[in-house]
Amino acid sequence: MRLYSTTAGLGLAAAMAVGLATSASAETELTMYYPIAVGGALTEVVDGIVADFEAENPDIKVNAIYSGNYDDTRVRALSALASGEPAQLAVMFSIDAYDLIEQDIIIPFDDVATTEADKEWLDSFYPALMANGRIEGKTWGIPFQRSTIVAYYNKDMFRAAGLDPESPPKTWDELVEMGKALTTDDTYGLMIPSTGYPYWMFQALAIQNGKELMSGDGLTTYFDDPAVVEALEFWKSLSTEHGIMPKGTVEWGTLRQAFLEGQTAMMWHSTGNLTAVKNAATFDFGVAMLPANVRPGSPTGGGNFYIFKDTTDEERAAALKLIQFMTSPERAAEWSIATGYMGVSPAAYETEALKAYTEEFPPALVARDQLEVAVAEFSTFETARVREGLNNAIQAALTGAKEPAEALAEAQAAAERLLRAYQ
Amino acid sequence: MKGLTKFLDSFGAILLAIIWVAPLLFAFWAATHSTSDAVNLKLFSPWTFDNFRVAWAGAPWLQYFVNTFLLVTVILVGQFILTTLAGFAFAQMDFPGKDFVFILVLMQLFILPEVLIVENYAMVSRLGLFDSILGVGMPYMASAFGIFLMRQSFKSVPIELHEAARIEGCGLLGILWRVYVPLAKPTYIAYGLVSVSTHWNNFLWPLIVTNSPDTRPLTVGLSIFGAPENGVDISIISAATMMSIAPLLIAFLIFQRQFVQAFLRAGIK
Amino acid sequence: MSANAKLKRRRQAIYGWLMLSPAAVLLTLFAFYPSVATLWSSLFSRGTRRNPSEFVGFENYSYLFEDPTFWTVVKNNLLYAGVTIPVSIFIALAMALWANGKIRARSFVRTAYFTPTVLPMIAAANLWLFFYTPGLGVFDQIGSLFGLPSVNWLGQPETALWAIIIVTIWKESGFFMIFYLAALQTIPEDLKEAADIEGASRWTYTRRIVLPLLMPTTLFIAVNAMINSVKLIDHLFILTKGGPSDASKLILYYIWELAFAFFDSPSAAALTILVIAVLGIVAAIQFLYLDRRTHYQ
Repeated sequence: MRLYSTTAGLGLAAAMAVGLATSASAETELTMYYPIAVGGALTEVVDGIVADFEAENPDIKVNAIYSGNYDDTRVRALSALASGEPAQLAVMFSIDAYDLIEQDIIIPFDDVATTEADKEWLDSFYPALMANGRIEGKTWGIPFQRSTIVAYYNKDMFRAAGLDPESPPKTWDELVEMGKALTTDDTYGLMIPSTGYPYWMFQALAIQNGKELMSGDGLTTYFDDPAVVEALEFWKSLSTEHGIMPKGTVEWGTLRQAFLEGQTAMMWHSTGNLTAVKNAATFDFGVAMLPANVRPGSPTGGGNFYIFKDTTDEERAAALKLIQFMTSPERAAEWSIATGYMGVSPAAYETEALKAYTEEFPPALVARDQLEVAVAEFSTFETARVREGLNNAIQAALTGAKEPAEALAEAQAAAERLLRAYQ
Repeated sequence: MKGLTKFLDSFGAILLAIIWVAPLLFAFWAATHSTSDAVNLKLFSPWTFDNFRVAWAGAPWLQYFVNTFLLVTVILVGQFILTTLAGFAFAQMDFPGKDFVFILVLMQLFILPEVLIVENYAMVSRLGLFDSILGVGMPYMASAFGIFLMRQSFKSVPIELHEAARIEGCGLLGILWRVYVPLAKPTYIAYGLVSVSTHWNNFLWPLIVTNSPDTRPLTVGLSIFGAPENGVDISIISAATMMSIAPLLIAFLIFQRQFVQAFLRAGIK
Repeated sequence: MSANAKLKRRRQAIYGWLMLSPAAVLLTLFAFYPSVATLWSSLFSRGTRRNPSEFVGFENYSYLFEDPTFWTVVKNNLLYAGVTIPVSIFIALAMALWANGKIRARSFVRTAYFTPTVLPMIAAANLWLFFYTPGLGVFDQIGSLFGLPSVNWLGQPETALWAIIIVTIWKESGFFMIFYLAALQTIPEDLKEAADIEGASRWTYTRRIVLPLLMPTTLFIAVNAMINSVKLIDHLFILTKGGPSDASKLILYYIWELAFAFFDSPSAAALTILVIAVLGIVAAIQFLYLDRRTHYQ
């Protein structure tokens, strides 16, 4: 009897184990991993769009899994694939494309988008947003949550400092000058975040200083170029020399809160934060394009859709359908209004909803207008590690641990070591 | 003089205690006040439970709770079965190779499962257990620590009881179940408490092998929820943190004495 | 030997192995095999689309030694261990002496000391984030009352690792206190009385009698603290992610990053092997020590 109940217990445990390990499947089922990198209850928005899609396509079931920031999402999606878990598509960093191709886990959209209508659809996006996803003549990523960096500024503080709230800084010199006027005992003039995605902000400064950080083929980096070093020196001088930015690093995640609390008069951040700032700001704020030095400019940023290789034809077709649904002008407009991310195609800005919205709230157009001077986001082979080296160099310089030139030279050496294998 | 040292003693002890609970109290306070009151340290601002409402709506907490609960249960059941059997074999059976295997088991005390994440992840995937609760729990079931503990506990059982049960006609498993297990009850309780609190709080390994809200335990859910990118502010993070630690914390406050005793019993060999 | 006894012994052996087998299987799957597999895979290069994986001997190790991050991480971890181990032990001892003494509010004090032990490290990190955040955090708010400038605790290389260290000490001291408390309760009362009669001061009594008696416990705690200094890295995920510029990155975090963020498992494997080697040495020392202790018990 006793023995029996022990075995029964074991049997129960085993049965439980089986139950926990398996999951049922029916119609075409898609698993999609996606990240969120800015504020707001955006999972609800994504869930809402997905629910609409499922209502229109009852034969397709979508598991949309929110999995943290961009890095987390790449880790999650790739570990799922490596373990044989289902994953048909994901929204990942637009700049992960090289690595995803290198690891041979995604397919080009040219393979699935074969009809005339599909091809038209492929050409319907802003070209600048396609730059990171077009490699070796093929399209590997479709833009979804895409951004540029914009400058948010507190108009009330501009007024208090005797500045014109309608003319935010247009050049580096003006930036410093106005920053000084805006800096008080309690408030900094400017905050540029240097955790999370420091390379992104830095790329903007380098572009403005007239130099790209990498070659178009993802094989060479230019971290030790004099113009690039100068850009980092400028960033550092904002705190050390001009005193308009806090010393040390500025937290990406809490910066929005700091801006809303009035700790800084200006912040550089993703346009994806726009709606969250709009909803929470208790003061009059404005949004501007980034200032220029040699030239104006910002990298694009954000996430693209990718379709994984290890999928059946039905799954690929269903995934394409979902992606087309989520990037359709109406949905893109809805998404843009909910977040501040760009509508990914010109058609999105022609929709009634977005037209009405941008008329009432013109800052929603700044990021798009900036696309004219935008360049592809920093991306190479081994991109995560090369990027990490650059991030470390930036942080080391900003925190005074190393001189900018020295830190960037080290990052360049590390990048060359990593990229050697791909030359 | 003596009164003074006594006062200083009490003062020091209480000061340290206050410092030690301060983070918890501040978080509780932040969780029950609006964000801007919290970040401006307005101590006497009005109370609110909004943060809890927002935090609760922000993630599938109920699912996370269920996952954590299932996880600690699966691990506990597995550990009890495996360590009982192995502990008994080491304590009361005699067979060739026993000492060698025992040394191997002791070695596992130092090869932390945490360090072997890469290969353990590969193993879990190979077994098809990736993103399953069983996959999270399995590496911990054959706990060397537990085996060691059970062996010690079984060793102290008088051999007469064993013999008596055998004469009554019990088989080996019957003896184990009727004689040894009841006598080792305190050890089971102690070990169980340690195990539950360890795995309730475990993070790195579940982070690696869970991939969806259906399997994520609380700790992983909390870390994703609180990620700066999620844009939740300090009051809401505090509220979520309070929610996720509440069950274990309340249990601890109620069963404090047993808890401490349990840790003592399990920790000291 | 009679046939009966032989049969009995054989049956014992079979039963013994049967009872051992579930644990043995799992230990093999999740401890022994992975250790060997890690060693093996640390000898092969990483496969990519262009270069398939091949045997490279100790190349991964020499890559690791060339990697400046590796040395930073080792240095950080040594500092982390070098500070958290003695300080936690010292605080745990002070806590135990107080919580064992006749002081006011003793049960509150004990509870307070022990509470961090039952919290997940992730939750602890969230609690501390509220203290460290520049501008908005409790430390800065309190500092500004006294006119101190805002300090970016987690954002500067000089303070980030220390901020991490403080959380670890806060988390583990109360746990170690328990072991001291148990040991203190085994010290006979008459030793104290005898010391009083001799006119020994409290300090002398503590130093000459209590501390030596606590020595075995201290060693036990030290080994645990050392293991913790490898293992306790969860809060890095919340507080600093190893930054800024690797200033607070610890070994286990770097292993995780190599394997799961950079997908460079050969390097992760090489680093894992190095950690296992160090832990093995610690284990050997403890086994030797344990042998001695069981000897005079």
